[in-house]
Formats: sequence, structure tokens, C-alpha cells
Amino acid sequence: MIFLLAVRLTTTLTPIDWSIMLVYFAFVLGIGFVLKRYVRTSNDFFLAGRSIPAWVCGLAFISANLGAQEVIGMGASGAKYGIVTSQFYWIGAIPAMVFVGLFMMPFYYGSKARSVPEYLKLRYDEKTRAWNACSFAIMTVFSSGISMYAMARLIQILHIFDGVFLRLGLPLDWIFHFSIVLSAAIVLGYIFFGGLTSAIYNEVLQFFLIVAGFIPLAWIGLKDVGGWQGIQRTLEPAYTHSWRGMEHASTNPLGTQWYALIFGLGFVLSFGYWCTDFLVVQRAMAAESQLAARRVPLIAAIPKMFFPFLVILPGLIAIALPTMTQRTLAQVQTAPVPGQARRADVLRGATSDAALTPMGKGLIPPKVDPVTGSVLTDSKGKPLLDYDLAIPNMLLHFFPAGMLGLGLTALLASFMSGMAGNVTAFNSVWTYDIYQSYIHRNGTDQHYLWMGRMATIGGILLSVGAAYLVTSFNNILDALQLVFSFVNAPLLATFLLGMFWKRTTGHGAFWGLLSGTCAAVLHIGLTLPADAAGVGIHGGWITVLHRYPSTMAQNFWTSGCAFTVCLAVTAGLSLMTEPRKEEELVGLVYSLTPKLSDSDLAWYQRPATLGIAVLVVLVLLNLVFA
Amino acid sequence: MGLDIRLPLGMLFVITGGMMAVYGLFTRGSAIYEKSLYLNINLIWGSILVLFGFLLLLLAWTARGAKSRAGEPAERGGAHESDKESIDSVQ
Repeated sequence: MIFLLAVRLTTTLTPIDWSIMLVYFAFVLGIGFVLKRYVRTSNDFFLAGRSIPAWVCGLAFISANLGAQEVIGMGASGAKYGIVTSQFYWIGAIPAMVFVGLFMMPFYYGSKARSVPEYLKLRYDEKTRAWNACSFAIMTVFSSGISMYAMARLIQILHIFDGVFLRLGLPLDWIFHFSIVLSAAIVLGYIFFGGLTSAIYNEVLQFFLIVAGFIPLAWIGLKDVGGWQGIQRTLEPAYTHSWRGMEHASTNPLGTQWYALIFGLGFVLSFGYWCTDFLVVQRAMAAESQLAARRVPLIAAIPKMFFPFLVILPGLIAIALPTMTQRTLAQVQTAPVPGQARRADVLRGATSDAALTPMGKGLIPPKVDPVTGSVLTDSKGKPLLDYDLAIPNMLLHFFPAGMLGLGLTALLASFMSGMAGNVTAFNSVWTYDIYQSYIHRNGTDQHYLWMGRMATIGGILLSVGAAYLVTSFNNILDALQLVFSFVNAPLLATFLLGMFWKRTTGHGAFWGLLSGTCAAVLHIGLTLPADAAGVGIHGGWITVLHRYPSTMAQNFWTSGCAFTVCLAVTAGLSLMTEPRKEEELVGLVYSLTPKLSDSDLAWYQRPATLGIAVLVVLVLLNLVFA
Repeated sequence: MGLDIRLPLGMLFVITGGMMAVYGLFTRGSAIYEKSLYLNINLIWGSILVLFGFLLLLLAWTARGAKSRAGEPAERGGAHESDKESIDSVQ
């Protein structure tokens, strides 16, 4: 057993770092407090009065998606897979964002639906709405809880509050609980008062803060490794090209072929998320007009395309640097999860500033078992690397006091925007699609406004519960991600058929959704990725008929399978059941809705022009990094 | 709705950028900048953030002035005051 001679983390925050964090949190809460007086109706609370400019909604549109898993996870994937990770931003987001802006937003906004499940009720029937509303509400609570858990763990790992707790004589184990309560209280504070407007405004604040905190990281990091050419010289070509080796699954780091990437990620997963997930669509529905709502995803696509340079590039830099002199590296084992054995005291005894870790790569340390403190190894005895620490370690490595405060604030902001986005989506779906529809139908507007605020408190409390659930079960994170994919993947077929084929019926949609979900479960149960430890949560629980080269490849094919089955079952059953009258579908189906004319706008103001420009830049980025 | 986002955004960057720039000014030549390859990143980046913050405040102030001259209600937020609609149930 190899024990890591760990270096105790030296994240000593200075008064300037604390001051920057405190100023940010004061602004976050202040915005909620100022907006309180403008929230008078449920429409103001849940839909921001449909009065927000397109650029503000656009930045909130991507910021709501920039949660914890996004920033930390993309940095980690950048370090693990290289620049090909950018495809999650390029192929995996931009075409879908252009599509939702140009083709789907007129239906969401024009139908006057207040949520995505409500659109399903208008287009299909009650049972389809109920299925989507319930599954979505559960997913938002868990997503918010995961963000909360991840933030509390990061605060522990970075030892942000250690000094304060030691000074106050409080046990360090309480830091996890304190972080959960603190993040919950802050998010509750600004959403409770200002509703969706407050969440959107804070997401814009968080967007700019993330940009302000990460540009210097990419800049100094690149300077240190000798620019992009320096990275190309240091790393293997597979890390610096996004399309090389895609002809075959075994010749690229993702372990998937180009057509699986385009169909699985670029179509099903990407369109399934950006076109149907109420978390992001809600931001566009808050826009001041239908034209503004159509522009929202297109405006969001512009910064989205360049985000890989802020969150993925630091991951590449982290492995391109010489294997470190780890004076400042974060080490997981000094931050125990509640209930697990604490090794901090033992490790502190073995700690020395001169101690080095020979098993890491660049700034990425080896993965350590949080209970035993030993380095985890693969079947060949090679240490596994903890890629999740790429971004935190980059911050600690390059940022001095002051700038470190801004960088850490940006990181914490990303966690909170993820949490807040989920909580606002939850309170709308709960109030409109569950409470108003099935529990209390004819309440006053003020009653639903009150319920929205109560749902915010309830959503945050459930998120706290979900965060502790994640703490208690080792594999629950993986399990949840799997469940999300089961629910999301078939939904795209339901929406595409509903919006673009007037013959689709409610019975077809409902049973199609269920069949798609079952197909996804079955596919996972019959296949196993090569990088899985064994039969279990990652698949093969029925029997192993096929082995995929990577989990990513398995995900792409699972979503493709769910989509295809949902499409076929929905179409087949729709042909066998009676369709709704055409006059009932005006404004809900493409062929029955009067086409929007942009002829009164100059060519450069039209959403289609912006959409084409975004796609051209996307092609250019792919050519440059091919 | 209510508040021009450029105001709090501008103020946040003027304050945090200002704090960083002043801190950078007082720590010129300090060993802490060994980490950032001897660049006084606090002074450089803090100053850029202050300028960005002022630009946002200027834009908010200009928009407010333009609205006032046009005789429209005072600017409430890079956005129009919402038409207060009662809940329109689509149950």
C-alpha cells in the first residue's frame, strides 16, 4: 500500500481574499433585497414579469448551466481527454442552441405556457405533463443537492474555513455542515425575495465573475507553458486535436467514433438538454418579447463557444506543467466526509513542505481513498489521477493573495448559480404544474405567489437532504446521472414530434416516453464500458452482450437508443390513436402556426442572421482545432 | 424589471477591482507574485476590472438619461416595467 506523503494544504486566505468574497456575497443578497419590492404577482416571481432584455437572459441561460459539475468537471475532462472535451461546448451545445432559438422558442413563448411541462399539457395531455413535471422536479432537487455537496467538499478540500474554525475552537468536521447551511441560506435569501429575476440577475453577476476569475488563470497558465505551441510540444497530439483519431473508437481518448459523437452528443444529448430542459428554457421565457426570447439562446451561444478556453484549457495546462513541486496542492485526505475516518491528524505528522508526490502528472495529484488515505491504483498498479483537482490546483498554483480571493469567489459563484437555477425551476414546476394543477386549483394570484416562496424554502430543504444523501451513499452520484439520462434522452423525440408533426397524440407521447426510458434502462443493463470496475451501477446487471470502450461511448449509444425507441413508439401509437382537432393545435405545432416574419428588421438584426454567424464561427473553431 | 443590472454589476467590479488594484499597489515587488510569474496580477487585473465596472456604470447612466429625454418612465433595468398580469391559468 502506497501512502501519500502529503503536503498539508496551504490555502491561507488573507484579509483581501476574504474581503472580495464578502463584497460579492453582499451584492448577491443585496440584489434579492432590492428586487423584493418589484415582485408583486406570481408572474413577477416565476417569470420575471416577462420583462428582461435578451442579453441578460442570454447570459443567465448559460450561467444556469455553469454549475459546479460544469466548471470542475470540464477542467477535469480537459486534463483527462484533452481539447476534444470542447465538443461538449461546440457540437454538444451550439447547434442545439441555434435550433431552440430559431425554431422552438416561438412555440414555448407564443403558446403562453409558463413552463415546459405546461407546454406538454397544452400540446398533449395531462398525463404527459404530470410525468414530465414530477420527474423534472425530482431531478432539480437532486441536481441542486449535488451542487451543494460538491461546494461543501471543495470548501473542505481547499481548507477555506479551517483558519476561522481553528481560531474559534470549533471542530473541523463541522465545516462540511457549515458550508451546506451557508450556501443554502444565501441561495434562499436571494430567491425568496426576488424570485426568478433575482436568480437571473445573480446568474449574470456570476457569469462575469467566472470570466473575470478565469481569464487570468488561462493567461498566466499559457504564459508558463509557452503558449498553445508549448502545450502542443509537451502533450501527445491526441490532447490538442478535437477530431483526430475519430474514425475508430480505439484511436481517440473519448473511445467513440465520429458518428456516435455527432448523433449521441451532438443530436440526442445536446438537443435533449438545451431544447427541453426547463432549467435553461425558463431563462428565455423570461425575455421581454418573443423576438427577445428567440435571441436569448443565440446570444448565449456566443460566449458558450469560447468557454472551453476558460474552463478546459486550464485542465490541459495543468497536465502540461512539469510534475510538481507541490507546495500548494490540495489533498483530499485532509478533508474527511462526515462519518468517515479522519486522517488529517495522522497526515499532518507526516507533512513537510519539501515532500513531493512522484505519482501525479503535472498539477494533477493521485487519487486518494478518503477513508484510508492510500493512493488508488488501477489493475496494473498505476496510480489513478484525481482530475477533479485540476482547476482548484491551478488556482492555488498561479494566484497570489487578492487574485486568489477573486478566483475562489468565481468558483463558489459557479456552484451557487447551478443551485439557484435548479431551485427556481423547481419552484415554478411545483407551483404551476403540480400544486395548481392537482392540489389547489382555484387559488388567488397572491396565494400562488406565497406558494412559490414556500416552494423555494421546500426546494432548498430538499436539496440539503439530497446533499446528505449523496454523502451517505458512495455510488449515488453515478446512479443519479444515469437516471437523468434515462429521463432526458427520450424527451427530445416527444418534443420534436409534438412541434413538427400535427398527427402526434397524447397517448403516443406518454407511452413513447415510457418506452424510451425503459429502452435506456435495458441498454445499460445489457452493456458495460471497459473502464467500469465491474458489473453494477455502470451496466451489465442483466447480462453483458456488448462492451463499450468507454463510459462516454456507452452514454452516447444509450441516449441514441432511448431517442429512437421513443420516436418509433410515439409515431406508431399516434397513427393508431385519434389526433386532436387542428384548430386546437394552432400556436403549438409548426405547420399550423402562422410563420413569424422578420421583414421589418434589418438583415443584421434578424435572429436567423445571428444563428448563421454563430454556426460559421463554430465551423471555424472546429477547423482550427481539428 | 425594476433594476438595471449594469448598476450592481458595475459597482461590484469597481469595488472588487479597486480593492485588488490598491492591494497590488501596496505589494509591488512582493514575493507573493512569484506564483503569477512575477506579474503584479492584482494591479493589472484589478485596474482592468475597475475600467470595466466604470464602463458598465456609464452605459447604465446613458440609458437612464436617454429614457428620461424620451419622456418614458425612469429606467428600471435595461428592461421595461412589466405589465402586471394576474395569473392566467392554463389548467
